[in-house]
Amino acid sequence: MKRKSVKFFEQFLGFGFLRLCMLLIILILVIIFYDIVSKSWGVITWEFLTQPPRNGMTEGGILPAIVGTIFVTIITAIFSIPLGMGCAIYLNEYAKKSHLTRLIRISIRNLSGVPSIVYGLFGVALFVEALHFGTCLLSAGLTLGLMTLPWTITASEEALKGVPLSYREGSLALGATQWQSIKTNVLPYAIPGMLTGTILGLARAAGETAPILFTGAAFALPGLPKSLFDQFMAMPYHLYIMSTQHHAITKVRPIAYGTALVLVGVVFLMNLSAILLRYYLRKARQE
Amino acid sequence: MSRFKEKFIRNLFLINGLVVIFILGGIFLLLILNALPTFKDVSWKEFLVGTSWNPSSDYHPAYGIVSMVVSTFMVTIGSLVIAVPVGIGTAAYLSDVAHPKVREIAKPVVEILAGIPSVVIGFLGIVMVGPFIAKMTGTYSGLNALNGSVLLAIMALPTIVSLSEDALANVPKSFQEASLALGASHWQTLLKVKLQAASSGIIAACMLGMGRAIGETMTVLMATGNAPAFPSGFLNSVRPMTSTIAIELGEVPYYTTHYHALFAIGLVLFLITFIVNLIADIALNRYEKKIR
Repeated sequence: MKRKSVKFFEQFLGFGFLRLCMLLIILILVIIFYDIVSKSWGVITWEFLTQPPRNGMTEGGILPAIVGTIFVTIITAIFSIPLGMGCAIYLNEYAKKSHLTRLIRISIRNLSGVPSIVYGLFGVALFVEALHFGTCLLSAGLTLGLMTLPWTITASEEALKGVPLSYREGSLALGATQWQSIKTNVLPYAIPGMLTGTILGLARAAGETAPILFTGAAFALPGLPKSLFDQFMAMPYHLYIMSTQHHAITKVRPIAYGTALVLVGVVFLMNLSAILLRYYLRKARQE
Repeated sequence: MSRFKEKFIRNLFLINGLVVIFILGGIFLLLILNALPTFKDVSWKEFLVGTSWNPSSDYHPAYGIVSMVVSTFMVTIGSLVIAVPVGIGTAAYLSDVAHPKVREIAKPVVEILAGIPSVVIGFLGIVMVGPFIAKMTGTYSGLNALNGSVLLAIMALPTIVSLSEDALANVPKSFQEASLALGASHWQTLLKVKLQAASSGIIAACMLGMGRAIGETMTVLMATGNAPAFPSGFLNSVRPMTSTIAIELGEVPYYTTHYHALFAIGLVLFLITFIVNLIADIALNRYEKKIR
């Protein structure tokens, strides 16, 4: 009887520790959000979202940074979505068990482990220098695209794996070619998952700073970028500048907080839209 | 005709798959090509064992990376000391203790944490963690290795939690049932059976978290103070490899020894993360074999 109560006490303490760990993570998140939201609430006005910075970036808004982030994310998407989905389709639908397939998989896993600053170096060496794009939207977008590629592939492949084998077999048995059965019986069911995973990857790319530091992001620009070969302002870079490099750091702290909130907000909206998109596309398919 | 078309489409996708190999190879190759010219002026030995990094000096430029490698490992290990117990604890909570309804709410919390951009975490290191550390320890700014460790722990946590939870969830139910049937409590079962069975999966999770911490740039750049001296303690400023590249690539004239040396640092960083991820991979393979 006594041993039983010791055992119970042990479990009580042990589970208590595990609960504490979970609570700690929740607490961290709450503190982060409380701090950002409470200190930036007054800063976020219509003007802040729709005006360029003024007076050596001590006043005004962050419009060019918002637009720049949207532009660069679009380039990232155009580059990484087709490539990522294509690679996933090859791996899940066509590839047989071979050394080549293994090599492709190993490469994907390693690419996802490459530090973001190394992608930045690669972007400088390849796009900015070797291909002579210079520091611009295109170089930065392509660099971010390379970085998101492994995430897009992994997410797309998960979605393809979720489509039952019988869907393919049914179509193949009726005499359809492989591509026809992929096109009509696999992709329609996999696309929601593929899109969700891809948007989640893009949200991460939109918040990245290190890869765009030297490939195209600019400190301050008078206007919006007009072509792919212009430099651009971006929210993550703007936040970095405003919190470490600005000549009047304490004075611009509210602007930094505001930028942080908008950045987190954009990333969240992208995450949320991905989840909602999946939900509705799934529902639409079931009906 | 249709067969030709099929083959064409298949090859199109094959090329698409090969692109990934080219990209990884391309990164490796370009890093090497851009790093090699460093060693016309600097010896391998000086680069790998020198503790002084002062490339902009006119008389005695020094290119030793030991200080920054030590800095990187210092903040990484510091972050793991925090993130590993908390991460595994949370994973065990989610898989074994939490009510399914609680889990539905708690899991997105971890995912949201993973979604916060690194630059925002770094910013919080400056405005929140830094002043707090300064107040607690009486140091001047609080921008030091400890700050970096705390922030990197926050960044590594989601990886460790979600992958460890996967590993725990994949332990066959029969293991657990056998242990409970023998009279062990849930806690004993978790500690002695499930954690043991999932150990290589959990190690893989921690290694991947470590890889993330080693390669993380913005948080350490903003929060560790960036003193390029040899680190002497967790309350001193440090400058990890990633920060050094981020700070100096913007200022350096292209195609100088200094420029190439930054690529050499990148190459070292690439190789370190490669090895860490490889260990994670091996651990994961072992885990999958064991579970089957």
